[in-house]
Amino acid sequence: MRSAASFPIRDSLLPVVGVVVLVLLWYAAIAAKLVDPVLLPSPWETMKAMWTGVADGTLLHDFLRTVERTILATLIAMVLAIPLGIVLGSWPRLYLALEFVIDFFRSTPASAMFPLFLVVFGVGDETKILVATFGAALVILFNVAYGVMNARKNRLLAAKVMGASRARILFEVTLLESLPQTFVGLRNGVSLALVIVVVAEMFIGSADGLGHRVFEAQQLLQMPDMYAAIFAAGALGYCLNLLFQVAERRLVHWSGK
Amino acid sequence: MARLAVALKEVPVVDVPHVTVRGLRKSFGSVTIYDGFNVDIPRGRFVSIFGPNGCGKSTLINLIAGLIPVDGGEIRIGGKPVRDVRIGYVFQNYREALFPWLRAIDNIEYPLRVAKVPKAERDARVARLVAKFDVKIDLKRYPYEMSGGQQQLVSIMRALIVEPEVLFLDEPFSALDYEMTLFMRDQLQHIFNETRMTMVLVSHDLEEAVYMADKVLLLSRAPTTIADYPEIPCPRPRNPETLVDPVFTQLRGHCLDVFQREVRKS
Repeated sequence: MRSAASFPIRDSLLPVVGVVVLVLLWYAAIAAKLVDPVLLPSPWETMKAMWTGVADGTLLHDFLRTVERTILATLIAMVLAIPLGIVLGSWPRLYLALEFVIDFFRSTPASAMFPLFLVVFGVGDETKILVATFGAALVILFNVAYGVMNARKNRLLAAKVMGASRARILFEVTLLESLPQTFVGLRNGVSLALVIVVVAEMFIGSADGLGHRVFEAQQLLQMPDMYAAIFAAGALGYCLNLLFQVAERRLVHWSGK
Repeated sequence: MARLAVALKEVPVVDVPHVTVRGLRKSFGSVTIYDGFNVDIPRGRFVSIFGPNGCGKSTLINLIAGLIPVDGGEIRIGGKPVRDVRIGYVFQNYREALFPWLRAIDNIEYPLRVAKVPKAERDARVARLVAKFDVKIDLKRYPYEMSGGQQQLVSIMRALIVEPEVLFLDEPFSALDYEMTLFMRDQLQHIFNETRMTMVLVSHDLEEAVYMADKVLLLSRAPTTIADYPEIPCPRPRNPETLVDPVFTQLRGHCLDVFQREVRKS
């Protein structure tokens, strides 16, 4: 393999290259004094801030609070949206009647709903979680309904011709058929929930969470802490996505085949 | 006695209607496919359906199998409505007909689970059926891990596991390569010779339709009528030599003439 000879790096290590390049550029920017050192601490300082935050428990606490809110919002969204999506998907005429409403609110930035939810639910945790639930639920609902509606007709007919009852077809064929699309909804839903939770933590009288930490560090001009919190939020988003990908590969092994 | 029974089986003297279609009506939108259509499909015989595009070949077996509702008319299988009859159906698109979340063996077994057959009996029946097929497939695999031919073979086994009264096949080999098609025709004929169950094959390949069949149902353009319904008296098992048998070539020629006459009518 000529390409392997010219780049003596194993394929599995290639993703590391991007990280190394980013860190080097970061150092280079500091060395060249391209950015005010107050605004851009070195990678090393950021790493130290991250380590201190984990060691003294403050970053870890904020991280776990954000995880808790995001997971809770996603779970509530799943409980609400999956059954409803199945119902709507099984009754395409009902879905058509509601499609515009669902699409409209799905397209509405959930952040625009903060003031409304604040008035209704107060400044507590409920508001943060419920706004995220709102955003995630519509995404999940939309995907589940489409997954059910687009179930391969042949598979349903195959079950029907065997004499399967409607309930059996729904639970043993349609639902499994919709799983790949449901997982698309879940991955998008959890990502959106994280975005909303982090934003909510910044602006709605919040005492903890990664959003709060980023915002506070910025206000106090503690830049290493701010970058550390940003990276922690990035890692969280990445891991949540990965979690759902692994779950999908396990549960929906036939997806895309 | 035994020899006599075999002889009677081989040459049914009188056709006994198994599937009866009377006054069938079906339209799709403003297009009328069937408007008072009648046909009998004889018990224990192999009928191929052939005709011009859009004449409703697949629609006919879908209507008989109860996959789509009729607009009017009566369809009976052995005197009973289809919902009271065990039937098997093999789809053209095996990729979309098998359940990809089940292993091949569980796909085959699934109709028995629907019929609430106990586990031990399900296993025994699957084992018996697999033994009948002279193929080496790892049935622990998922359908998407198999070749097209293997998948369609699994589909056929799934249709046969309930020992149906009638087996419907909707262009089952059209997505397979030629070598696999020939192999599958042999497999199907082998099953037919062993079970003598009523089989109805929709085919878009005239040679296949005639080669497989005891009778070829030739349809006209829509609104569809029977253009002809000839017997194919070639002996079974049929093999490549059948293709050059004068009786076979003459009947294939006749079917082609009927077909072309119907196509030109439009």
